[in-house]
Amino acid sequence: MNTETNYQVPTMADLAAKGETPDVLFWVGCAGSFDDRYKKVTIAFVKILNHVGIKFAVLGTEETCTGDPARRAGNEFLFQMQAVANIQVLDGYGIKKIVTACPHCFNTLKNEYPELGGTYEVIHHSQFLQQLINEGKVTLKGGGAFKGRRITYHDSCYLGRANKVYEAPREVLQALDADLVEMKRSRTKGLCCGAGGAQYFKEPEPGRKDINVERTEEALSTGADTIAVACPFCMTMMTDGIKNKDREDSVKVYDLAELVAQAQSL
Amino acid sequence: MAILQQILFVAALATAAWFLIRRAGLIRRAIQLGQPENRTDRPNERFSIMLRVAFGQKKMMTNLTVGLLHFVIYVGFIIVNIEVLEIVLDGILGTHRLFAPYTGALYPFLINTFEILALGVWIVCVVFLIRRFVTKVPRFQPERHREMARWPRTDAALILILEILLMTAFLTWNASDSVLREREVGHYGELSTVGTFVVSQFLMPLFANWSDAALVACERFTWWFHILGILFFAVYLTYSKHLHIVLAFPNTYFSDLKPKGEMKNMADITKEVQLALGIAQADPNETPAEPGRFGARDVRDLTWKNLMDAYSCTECGRCTAACPANITGKKLSPRKIMMDTRDRLEDIQRGWQQNGPEHDDGKTLLGDYITAEEINACTTCQACVQECPVNINPLDIILQLRRYKIMEEAQAPASWNAMFSNVENNMAPWKFSPGDRFNWADQVNP
Repeated sequence: MNTETNYQVPTMADLAAKGETPDVLFWVGCAGSFDDRYKKVTIAFVKILNHVGIKFAVLGTEETCTGDPARRAGNEFLFQMQAVANIQVLDGYGIKKIVTACPHCFNTLKNEYPELGGTYEVIHHSQFLQQLINEGKVTLKGGGAFKGRRITYHDSCYLGRANKVYEAPREVLQALDADLVEMKRSRTKGLCCGAGGAQYFKEPEPGRKDINVERTEEALSTGADTIAVACPFCMTMMTDGIKNKDREDSVKVYDLAELVAQAQSL
Repeated sequence: MAILQQILFVAALATAAWFLIRRAGLIRRAIQLGQPENRTDRPNERFSIMLRVAFGQKKMMTNLTVGLLHFVIYVGFIIVNIEVLEIVLDGILGTHRLFAPYTGALYPFLINTFEILALGVWIVCVVFLIRRFVTKVPRFQPERHREMARWPRTDAALILILEILLMTAFLTWNASDSVLREREVGHYGELSTVGTFVVSQFLMPLFANWSDAALVACERFTWWFHILGILFFAVYLTYSKHLHIVLAFPNTYFSDLKPKGEMKNMADITKEVQLALGIAQADPNETPAEPGRFGARDVRDLTWKNLMDAYSCTECGRCTAACPANITGKKLSPRKIMMDTRDRLEDIQRGWQQNGPEHDDGKTLLGDYITAEEINACTTCQACVQECPVNINPLDIILQLRRYKIMEEAQAPASWNAMFSNVENNMAPWKFSPGDRFNWADQVNP
């Protein structure tokens, strides 16, 4: 892992072998681990963590699905099997604090694991990035590449309505000096991308239109050339929507971590 | 004559009370069909939610214009009902404007306030009829929302028209009564110092050429129409979507205080999972509990709060208008979920009345009222929960129905079954090897 740029990705097993504990566990999530597009977000976030010198670790191959899609689809058995097993791993390492880039993992770890015995301080990477900016650990003044660029932010349901995280992602974008424009439906009224509730893992029911196309049209109508997201599933849905509208040349979908990493030339 | 009116009035009051108590009992029993759930913790927080959301109508104000219009009807309804107290006492005691001699200048002030509010209610009800039937606000239209066809549409129109008639009767009553006072006809003359009222004075010229006898008849008719209308309204409420004016208060008090994203844990399953994973040992002394039903198939499997939600729904459709599935033409409508739940409860009640309390019509909420296609379309985005002005949670019902479909009937869309199997075997919803989960790290330092 030690190359000239020297970004580190320590695993919990590594740290435990050295008798060390991290300040925070980065919960990568399935999309962050396997989805080619979202792996770039994982990497961007890891670079930021390295850059600010935070002592973090990942579970690596010991991480498994939180069980969220199974639970939302109605398979409570499978969810709880996943959750209880994950809690054993997390508690085995004495994890206290978790950061994740996936709002679904975030919601499940934060709100649903405590009842099964797993209680941790869980924050979403948008909140984590906002804290870094507020503490001056990440400075984006001048904004560079994003100064004045028109960016619209798509609220993830499991970040926004589910957990009332509306401002942290926006503050991160404002720190980029970007021209943040809101869609007509935003914050509490934000329209779902269409992926939640395990919809991502099946074809939609018959209807007039796909939800991601409806949402993409709304995002495009703001005139933004960048759609900022903070969720792997929103990322896929919005990217597919842009392709559906033949706008992939002029409009890009980025995660907050990618924008911050780019602004810092990481 | 006066004593006859008193007898008739008390009889009308008693009849309305009998129907009302009977209906309230039935609705209470219907709600109690639901499973127990504790919603009495954190009373201060609950009380504060009730004050803000029900009493203060906080969530109605997200659309300020409609919110304020609704507020006029709400305040009008509460305040004008103070006048009903006097009307009821007059009816029982055979008096006329009982409070007037004792309240002096306060009396015309109060009646003037009631009249202004009555006029406000009248105007807003007309505006609401126009919105529903002329400018056709989309969320009310049966062409777009099949659950709004027939009875719900009639119900909404009846409520608004009845309110307009009641307010018209109240103002006409005051106007004819004022003319009778001015003419000092019979006992009306005893209150001649009360004067005329701020709104109804403009109706008085209509009666200029009426005979005293015709005026008395008009005064009596409008008085009776108004109070009988209110009694009818009170009973009708219990059959109507309009029950929200009562249930909004308890329904917000018993709101879900958890974060919206948190799904209810199924404790029965936790026990089994812990046994399966060897975390807990089976207690040999414990007799295994009769396995309950996983998820909900019918209203009896839902919680009492889900059922109270159903009776609190006024079918405004803010949930459905915000639902991404509904917006894009899927069959799911959160409002229909609530209406179906209530219809199911009403059908069960009808069964009780016709065939005794043990009657089972063989129908179920999932299947006969709500289809798998509807619940499968939900993205669990919580927009419906967010939008509801009285904190109804349609999502909670949808998720319980899904649990039944998956865990009891094992009927999932094929690709969900594939996802389940991937999570179970590959530890991710996709068919990747778990051993490759950390391969992304190889790309960190290109």
